[in-house]
This record gives sequence, C-alpha cells and structure tokens, in this order.
Amino acid sequence: MADTTAISANPPMSRSRLASLLVGLAILVTALQYLGFLPAALHRLPEALVPDFARYLDAFFNFVKDDLGLFALTRWLTGLLQTVLDTTANLLFGKRRWPNLGPIPWTAIAASMAVLGYYLGGWKMAALVAVTFCWTALVGQWKIAMQTMSVLVVAAPTAFIIGLSLGVAAWKSPAFNRALKPVLSVLQTLPFFTYLLPAVIFFKVGPTAGAVATTIYAIPPMILMTTLGLQKVSPEVVEAGHMSGCTKLQLLRHVYLPSARTEILVGVNQVIMLCLAMVVLTAFIGMPGLGAKLLAMMGSFKLGRSFEIGVTIVLLAVTLDRMSKAWVVKQPEHFERGTPWWKRHIALLLGLGAFVVFCIVAQFIEVASEIGRKQSLSVGKELDTGIKWFLNIEWVKATTGFLRAFVNVQILIPFRNFMLSIPTPAFILLITAFALWLGGRRQAITALIFFSLVALSGWWDRSVITLYSVISAVSIAMLLGLPIAILAARTEKWSQRLLLVCDTAQTFPSFVYLIPAIMLFGITDIAVIFSILIFAMVPLIRYTIEGLRTVPPEVIEAAEMSGATRMQKLVNVELPLALPTMAVGFNQAIMFAFFMVIIAAFIGTQDLGQELQRTLAGTDLGKNFVLGICVSLMALTFDLTILKWSSDRKKMLGLEE
Amino acid sequence: MKRSTTALAAGILAALPLAAFAEDSSDPIVIPIHNWSSQIVMSNVVGQILEGVGNNVEYVTTDSQAVYESVRLGDVTMELEVWEGAFGASFRAAMEKGGIVDVGDHNAVTREDWWYPMWTKDACPGLPSWEALNDCAAVFATAETGDKGRYLDGPVDWLKHGKERVEALDMDFVVINAGSAAALWAEIGAAEADKKPVVVFNWTPNFAEAVWPGEFVEFPQWVDGCDKDPSVGPNPDALYDCGNPAKGYLKKAAWEGMEAKWPAAYSVLEKISFTNPQIAEMAKFVDVDEMEPEEAAEEWLAANKDVWESWTK
Repeated sequence: MADTTAISANPPMSRSRLASLLVGLAILVTALQYLGFLPAALHRLPEALVPDFARYLDAFFNFVKDDLGLFALTRWLTGLLQTVLDTTANLLFGKRRWPNLGPIPWTAIAASMAVLGYYLGGWKMAALVAVTFCWTALVGQWKIAMQTMSVLVVAAPTAFIIGLSLGVAAWKSPAFNRALKPVLSVLQTLPFFTYLLPAVIFFKVGPTAGAVATTIYAIPPMILMTTLGLQKVSPEVVEAGHMSGCTKLQLLRHVYLPSARTEILVGVNQVIMLCLAMVVLTAFIGMPGLGAKLLAMMGSFKLGRSFEIGVTIVLLAVTLDRMSKAWVVKQPEHFERGTPWWKRHIALLLGLGAFVVFCIVAQFIEVASEIGRKQSLSVGKELDTGIKWFLNIEWVKATTGFLRAFVNVQILIPFRNFMLSIPTPAFILLITAFALWLGGRRQAITALIFFSLVALSGWWDRSVITLYSVISAVSIAMLLGLPIAILAARTEKWSQRLLLVCDTAQTFPSFVYLIPAIMLFGITDIAVIFSILIFAMVPLIRYTIEGLRTVPPEVIEAAEMSGATRMQKLVNVELPLALPTMAVGFNQAIMFAFFMVIIAAFIGTQDLGQELQRTLAGTDLGKNFVLGICVSLMALTFDLTILKWSSDRKKMLGLEE
Repeated sequence: MKRSTTALAAGILAALPLAAFAEDSSDPIVIPIHNWSSQIVMSNVVGQILEGVGNNVEYVTTDSQAVYESVRLGDVTMELEVWEGAFGASFRAAMEKGGIVDVGDHNAVTREDWWYPMWTKDACPGLPSWEALNDCAAVFATAETGDKGRYLDGPVDWLKHGKERVEALDMDFVVINAGSAAALWAEIGAAEADKKPVVVFNWTPNFAEAVWPGEFVEFPQWVDGCDKDPSVGPNPDALYDCGNPAKGYLKKAAWEGMEAKWPAAYSVLEKISFTNPQIAEMAKFVDVDEMEPEEAAEEWLAANKDVWESWTK
C-alpha cells in the first residue's frame, strides 16, 4: 500500500497539469477559429483527405460474401434455422408447417407456465405468470405474442449455448479471452441498426434474420458471466473433483459448471432481457409479432393500442425476469432416499396434467383455445382519448411551451451550435484531456485514437450532434434523477418502489415514448432529448440507490456519533462512498443514451442515427458499418474512462477486495 | 375466423372452372407487409384470393424500402404497392440490378405533396394556393423558426426536395424533416386539439384522410423535366419549382421467377387492379372500424365479389 501511494503521489499532479495544458491548447485553437485565423483544414478535415472507408469495407464484405462463399454458408444455415422456426411457429400460433399440431390452446400454455412459476417461486410467482398470460390473451394479443415467442424460444437458447461455449473457451484460454474482450466491447456498444442490415442480407428478411440479430445481441453478457463464474470457483472444490478422479470433461460438467451456477443463471437472465429488448427493433427486418404490430399501430397513430402492446411486452419481460431470478435463488432440491418418483417430480406432473386437461377442454370450448379480436377487452380507443386529454391540459401545454421556447431555443440550440463550432482538433484534445484527467494515460491515448478515427470517417458533424444529444440528455437526467434517488434511498420501502418503476421504464419499448414526446414538444431537439432522458435516468437512479444503500453501516454510525447532521452525513460520508458505484450508473446512462439517440432518429434528428436509419433501406453494408463504428468508438471512450476511474476510486476507498 | 376463411375458400373453389390452370408450386407465396394499413389489408386481400385458387400464402413483415432487394433475391414473391413518389427510386434501382419484374399498374393514382388539415383554412383562408400559403407563413411559425413558417417534410430518405422547392419558389418557410410517418401523425395529432394551423407532407390514398380531412397545397403544376431542367417551371434558374405529379402510378412488382413457379397466381396478379376508393375502404376497416387486417380483408372480399371474381378466371 505504502509504495503505491508514493508512486501515485507524483503522476496525478502531472496528469492533471497535462490535462489542463491540453484544455488550454483546445481553447487557444477554438479562439483562433472564432477570430478567423484558423485555416479551414484545421477546423474540419478536408473532404479530400477522408479515406473512403465505406467503399473499402463494401469491397471486403463482397469478397467475404461471394468469393469466400460466406453467403452460401449462411443461406444454408438459414434453411436449418427456418425449419426449427417453422416448427415452433406451428406449435405456438399454428403456421401450416410440420408437425401440423398447433396452435396449442392458450389456456394450456398459461396453465403449465403458471405451474412452472409456482415451482420456481411459489404462489406469488404463479399469480404473476397467470396474470401476464391472461392479460395477453384477453386484450387480443395472444397470437402476435406467440409469434414473438416462437422466435425467442429459439433465439434465447441458441444465445445461451453459444455464449456458454465461448465463455468456457475464454476461461480455458487466456489468449482467446484477450482476443474476445475487445470484440465483445464493440458488440455491446454497436448500435443495433448495424446488426440488422447484415442479418437481412445473410439470413433473409423474416423471422430468421430476426432470430439471428436477437441471438447476436444477447450473446455478450452470457459469455462475460460464464467466464466470471468459472474464474470464481474455489480451488478446494476443484481439488475435491480431482481427488474423486474426474476426467477433464467430467470436471467441467460436474464441478465447474455447477459451482458457477449463480453467475451462469444471471447470464441467462440477461439473455432473456436482451432478447425482449430486441422485440420491437427486429420488426424492421421482418420479425413478426408484437414489434411489427406496434410499428403498424404507431404508423396509423393508434396510441392506445401501441401502449397496450407496450404493456404486454413489459409484463412478459418482468415475468420472465422474475422467473429466471427465482431460478437463480432456488437451490437444487434433495429428496430422501426412497421418495417415490411422482413425489420428486410433482411439479412436472402437475404442469403436464394442466397442459393435457386444457388441451382437451379447448376442443370443446372455443374461448379456451382462441380469443379473437372481437371478444377481446382492448381499451385502445379509451386510452387514446386519455392520452390526448392529458396532452391538452392547460398547465401541461404551458410547461411544454415554456420548455420549448426557453430550454430549446435559449440553451440547447446554442449549445449545439457551440459544439459544432469547436474545431475538430480542439474537440479531440478536450476529450483526450477528459480521459487523461479521469482515467489515465492509457485512456487518454485510446480517446485520442478513437476520436481521430471518428474524424477520419468523414461523419464528424453528425458524430458531434450525436454526442451533443447524449451529453445534454445525461446532464438533465442527472439533475432530475440524482435528487429523486437520494430522497428515495432514505427508506427501504421507497427504494423498492422506485426500482420497480425503473424496471418498468427500462423494459417498456422505447418506441412508445416517441409519439408522446413529439406531441409534447414537436419535432425538436427537446423531444429527442426527452425520450433519451427517460431511458438514461433508469441506471442513474438504480446505481445511486444501490450505492447509498450499501454504504457500510459502521461508517454511518461513526458519522452519527461525531454529531454530523443529516446533510453533513450525506455530503461528507455517504455520497463520497457511493460515488464509485454511482459512476458505474453514470456510465450506463451514457451507454443507454447512445442506444436511445439512434432510435430517436424516428423523431427526426440530424445525427448518425438518421444516416443509419437511411442505410437500413438499402444495401450499403459498408456505410452502415462505418456509422455504427463511429457510435461505438465514442461510447467506448466514455466506457473505458469512467470504469477505470470507478475502479481506481473503489480501490482507494478500500471498497473492493 | 378460421372457419370463415375455409368457407370462403370453398366458395371460391366451387365457383371456379378448375381445369383452367397450369400447376402452381405448392411452396408458399411470400407477400410482404409494411407498416401502413391499406397495404396490410390489400396484401391480405390478395393473399386470400390466391389461397382461394389453391396457393399457399405466407406474410412477412419488412421495411418498405428494403423489400425490393428481398423481391430481387426471391425471398419475397411480390410487392403490391409500389408508389411512384416514395419507392420509384428503390424500384428502378432493383430493376437495373435485375430479378424483379413490373406487373402493371393499379387503377389507383397516388399523390404526395404539401398538405394541411381543414382547420388550417380558418387561419389562412386563401388556401390551397401556394402563394396564399406563403403570404400567411407567419401563422405557421414555431418557437424555433422565428417569423418564418415551418413546413414538416417527410423523412430525409424519402427524398422529397422540400428545401429545394422553398428556395426555388422563394418561400418564407423553414423545412424540418420528420423521422418517420408516425412523427408526422404525432404533429398533426398534437395540432388537432387547439386547431393550430400546420402544413406537413402527406399522401393519398392514406388513412389520414379519414381521420383528419384536409387538402393538398396547389403548387405550380408538375411539368415533365421539372426535376432535371431548370428552365421548366416558373423559376427559370431552379429545379423543383413545381408541385409533385398529381397522378403518380401505383404499381405491382414481382420476383422474376414467379411466373414460372406459380403461373396461375401470376396471371391473377397481372389482372389485379384496385381503385382509390377501394384502397381507402380497406384502410378504413382497420383505421376507423378497428378490425384486424385479416378480418378486414375477409369483409372486403365478401362485400366486393363483383370486383375480384373476374380476376381469378
């Protein structure tokens, strides 16, 4: 400990001095620009110097696609995938394919899932499952929900298997792990539009492309959690496995994997959540079901109906989330020797029983097998009226009018123009200084390289506008979210309530926010920022609560004993200790904002998202990829810097092992 | 619902001289579905007609621009609504690459241009003339546009040249691009409550006509070459100084291999032709009467036997 302080006592000084030097240089360059002395070539990279990355990439993709025969391979895989998807589609919603048995009556699925819920988490879980499935059926969305599920039941297990295998491989071979890490980071920050286009080209528009895009999107956390879990397995357990004469494979199967069960199941939970997050986005490439319906409803201005679909997706997500979390907590059951077979498998038998009973019942009672649109209890029209009524209340209109006239015209637009006026080199210097000050030399060099690449891509102005939306939204999210979180963190009850709100806001399909955002603020920057804001506040609130609630009680007690007031305690003790965790939340907020800013292209923006949306309509794989990488590079710069700061800080405070 | 489809199919089969057809492949014909109601219902109508003559039909949800690449590759068999203005460019690009064929026009014509909901006329009585619109530009001002009016154009990738027209005709308008069709509706919907005047991009046939009655702005009439030759149109030095064609085509397109694989279905497709009122009616079933697209298609088929029965012979 002593020597680390000795070493770090010096560099931070020079680090912050170097950072201020860079900032000074940036200000100087900007000032020159304002005075008109800066040559144009230093303000923005001249067009002629921009390498045509898109064309190189196109040539490369074409080579891989046609000459190396990747296209033939993926199309062959598509055939296989199609067969599997057709089978699930037949069972769940009765597509006319082998095995021609479906559709399974909704009551049978609902009942057996409720039994599963009971097995995993008792009556409460069973009730949640039952409510979710009954709601879906009763509002008349059963068939479209099953269209979605028919793809997810294929995509999620595929993601699980691939993620698990890659995770094991990464744990076995450090070299592979090192190679995989950067790929995963890029995958996690790449905008989803960049997944969609290759998915369509290689895997054919329709459920197959949807399944592939969903799978790829869901794999990274599974890999990370698997590796993490395996690395944590205690050597004693492994020793025991060795002593009982396990082969390598047996060791993995019976020792490592069961010991890493918790982490692996957390990975499963993540896979499920990410799959559900893609439900709406994949609708752009032919994924049928809830997402496609949602887009169609939005396209014909049916707010109420799209809201209902949003509720269904949230319910499904929350249910599956809770079920998989219950599975994480549930310990394997052990029965006494001689327990009869039926007793050991009572839940399985009950589930099967319920399934068969309802299948038979459905043969005689039509409502039990299918609920059509006409019998449904949809309240779409009433919701429409409700939403329009809310938007028409005087004070709501007055508030939005003020925000639009003041915040948008006086603050946001000038801020955007200012950011655009900064010369490219000065901008890069500022980002580098930020990374140096928070992270360190390595982070600074990465930032320098990453942002220089963005400048080289030729999409600088659009990248800056993207960054502007992200920064504005995250700043406002902090102004609003932190006080709320700090207040709520004072009691356990309110913390729980707020976290539930966060869960809902996160799983609610973000597309549904867009329309009310436009109706409130018109097609302006403020509507874009508003829709990002909702999304970015979630991790900020969650991690702030988490950080504040996990401050060691001894420390708080010590503060109380020394007579600190509530305010002093908060400012001097709790907040500093919670700050590293809050920084993780801040980082996530930035990542979420980068995700959402691309979706906000559907409101109307002039950033990278708009260009990405445009490539989706064509076959510009190269351009699509360049744009995606620009977003990814910017997001990664923040990610690396802030996480480094957070872990440094935690070490300094002695919060980590 | 399933029963009525079967009944309908049986009815059609009974009505047909069965021997008239060459053998169609039993592989499913894939019909793309986009995110606007008239297209969804029309696809279902055609799908049910084809099912009636014994084909297998499947629907796939796709992007309305990307679909031409899919048709070209044969992943999707046909496209029933090729709008001249919106998709003409993508369609022609796909035609050049090969793999897609033109199966003729619908009777319906399409129009895409600046449009305003009826209540706007109260604030600007001179409409629909574009000069009158320009005279009351201030009425359309927003917090961001100062004293100029705001015109909400379609998404940039629809290539509507709103900005060019404003410059060519020297209008006091700022052009803002919406990000999606949904964004356009949201703006009109928000303006509806206090009857705020708005002028936005819109098209016909479209569900919006049923929800918000309105009119197109009358710009100088479209002359061929207005987008290529500056001397055409009122401003001798500028392109895009005319309105859009008031009678654009609405085409059907198909995969090149369709005729060989499903000859009977192809000949039905060739004969299919809908009119503007028919398309509006289909959209109304879904948008106003809140039916599901399949039901709407069944309803439409039941009510318009005289229209479509001749196509299947």
